Amino acid sequence: MLLDRNGSFRPDPWRHLADDEVPASGEAVTITFKRWQAEPEHWVDRTGPLGLRLPNDVPPASFGPAATRFALIVLNFPRFIDGRAYTQARLLRGRFGFKGELRAGGNVLRDQLLFMVRCGFDSFEVDAERARAEDWPQAFREFDQFYQPAADHRETILRQRLRGWQAAAE
Amino acid sequence: MYRYDEFDRKFLEERVAQYRDQVRRRLAGQLSEDEFRSLRLMNGLYLQLHAYMLRISIPYGTLSSAQLRGLAHVARRWDKGYGHFTTRQNIQYHWIRLEDTPDILAHLATVQLHGIQTSGNSFRNITTDPFAGVAADEIEDPRPYGEIVRQWSALHPEFSFLPRKFKIVLNAASDDRAAVKIHDLGLNLRRNEKGELGFEVLVGGGLGRTPILAQTVRDFVPRREVLAYITACLRVYNQYGRRDNLFKSRVKILVQSLGIEKYRQEVEAEYAAMGAERDELDLPDDVVAAMQAQFAPPSYPDTNGDAELNQALAAEPDFARWVKYNVKPHKAVGHAIVVISLKQPGRITGDCSASQMELLAELADRLSFGEIRITHDQNMVLPHVRKAALYDLWLRLGAADLATPNIGLASDIICCPGMDYCSLATARSIPISHALATNLAKREEEIGPLQIKISGCINACGHHHVGHIGILGLEKNGAESYQITIGGSDNAQAALGGIVGPAVPAHEVAATVDRLIDTYLRFRRPGEQFPDTYRRVGLAPFKEALYVAR
Amino acid sequence: MSDPVFKLVTGNRLHDGKVIYFAGAGIWTPTIAEARLVEERDSAALLAEAQAGPPPHPAVAPTLIETTRDGERVVPVTLRERIRAGGPTITYSGG
Repeated sequence: MLLDRNGSFRPDPWRHLADDEVPASGEAVTITFKRWQAEPEHWVDRTGPLGLRLPNDVPPASFGPAATRFALIVLNFPRFIDGRAYTQARLLRGRFGFKGELRAGGNVLRDQLLFMVRCGFDSFEVDAERARAEDWPQAFREFDQFYQPAADHRETILRQRLRGWQAAAE
Repeated sequence: MYRYDEFDRKFLEERVAQYRDQVRRRLAGQLSEDEFRSLRLMNGLYLQLHAYMLRISIPYGTLSSAQLRGLAHVARRWDKGYGHFTTRQNIQYHWIRLEDTPDILAHLATVQLHGIQTSGNSFRNITTDPFAGVAADEIEDPRPYGEIVRQWSALHPEFSFLPRKFKIVLNAASDDRAAVKIHDLGLNLRRNEKGELGFEVLVGGGLGRTPILAQTVRDFVPRREVLAYITACLRVYNQYGRRDNLFKSRVKILVQSLGIEKYRQEVEAEYAAMGAERDELDLPDDVVAAMQAQFAPPSYPDTNGDAELNQALAAEPDFARWVKYNVKPHKAVGHAIVVISLKQPGRITGDCSASQMELLAELADRLSFGEIRITHDQNMVLPHVRKAALYDLWLRLGAADLATPNIGLASDIICCPGMDYCSLATARSIPISHALATNLAKREEEIGPLQIKISGCINACGHHHVGHIGILGLEKNGAESYQITIGGSDNAQAALGGIVGPAVPAHEVAATVDRLIDTYLRFRRPGEQFPDTYRRVGLAPFKEALYVAR
Repeated sequence: MSDPVFKLVTGNRLHDGKVIYFAGAGIWTPTIAEARLVEERDSAALLAEAQAGPPPHPAVAPTLIETTRDGERVVPVTLRERIRAGGPTITYSGG
């Protein structure tokens, strides 16, 4: 089950292919990074949305330029304390201009959701029962002001202060 | 001093509400300890031997009197009437109940204090020179930059799950009173040849199992680029720092394994690629100026005070002794910096009772423009005292056991809580500190400046690697065993100490330290402090003195 | 002849962090003399019993430790556990 950044739950419409599985034409599928690296040309012309599952130790710089080919990129948090995917997300969104859906998979927990949204994630693989029971969507609303710029382009506290000072000066 | 605006206050309120809910979910069984541990650590809450321990951040070691009263209130109401100041300019409470922590943090939020990121694998407290803003040898006050970095680093979404903790220090003085080289990232404020302000950026310092001194990544980063540059340094660490081994995951290990050249290349490459993000992180002059206005020096009265002071010095030798060691020159005429010793022999290093805190808050209001500092040596500072008021201050401090004239001397020991309190410890440290302080107090003036640092385990919270004499408490065959190093230093000539002999049991530590000091006294030339003599004569005479004694 | 060594289970109480010992039958006590002592061969079962129960578990990180018995007194083998049982060896003396 997926949780979206807007707080709604929905089933996952994508099929996540094992390396030896073949997709149906037009089907929305994700493939592993390994598979894509082995045969990138094979996937270029297919019909149907294509997604990629990127391991968290792939440097964004090495993958980034190719990111725009995918409609979905799934990043991984093998344990929630392993924060490499935050940097991957930030750079895929910012530096490499990825406009598709950015999804967090793996050990995704309620108290990291807001950090993830700020780094550019759109959707999250969650245990729906737990997520509903513990009101995970509320986590997106726990803060509404932030000090530092991030991938969500929210106006920082500093910028708001600057506007306030300018207004006061006028 | 920085005063919170509505944004800062709201942020803290939201944080307290978030944490309160996390505690509720933990106590209700919705969060496992594994899931909760990271969350509570990100608010400074540890579970120690006897109770929970709460660590509260004191950004760059500066407190207002209102904040100090707030800390005293926490000690009285929710702890056992005291707090413990640490080697990172924080305060810890050692007898905390989990169920009280949301209320404690709510109370501290009313005085702009919190436990955010005092633990966990993210940015820790931003530390600096305890004499910031009042020392004659600084370029300018580093604390406005400290506050800028603190805000930038607060709940940073990309860097909240680093491989390990990340400690940032700032210094703007020619002396190093902040132990810059033992931090993950150091910012030395300086001017380039054109006189422009910027920072030397050092990365990769740290103690613990593998002590390493930080190295310079860039000699000069223009001031307005510093947040962007730090981001590049962090990003390289977040991606490439080791996550497979807890003891190898600090940035110092990454810098060591890549080599400084390669680490620098990675940082510069990342920095060059940042593009528009650099603009987002730009720190223009007007923003810095606005922050500096918050730290504007007080309006010092026109005063001299020398006559009163000299009279008291002549009349009272005890006062004169206290002035000699505990009072430092101030950049404003007629004023002085007063170091408050929390090291009376017999007390626990760094501990301060609620009553003492309240007294210090009152004295800060009357005599120091409402400001007080914490040093990384676990002492406190009243940074703006008129010379004419020093005698009265000494009397008030003396009545509260806060005027021991030992700053920089042998009984001014840095000591972690050790195995009496800490679940990481392998040996007790406090009894060793007591034994040494009591033993050495009698001759500490004759010895002169001497920095003894004691850690109760290899994590080195007592900074033993950089003590003139460092003591590390280990365990050997079920008994406490103390390894002694000498020749360390945490100032501008930072150095790591060398092991001087086999580890000794607790009852031999004082005598062993005595022999090392005797050796120093025997060999020293006029003006040499312990590390100078050590560098000149080497380890051999010290080793021999211990060997002969055995 | 060395004292016989037993095992018991200790942890910290969830809501206040206090040192507690497993007394068996779902009971946790701050008094070490009330702890359930077993021989080595039964220690794994004791730990499992101590860890059982629905969340929230009253003890954080239940762990087996070694102790000896000195008459009525239960004396942990390691100094660390003796300090946990008896409190800090030097306490803050007020001021």
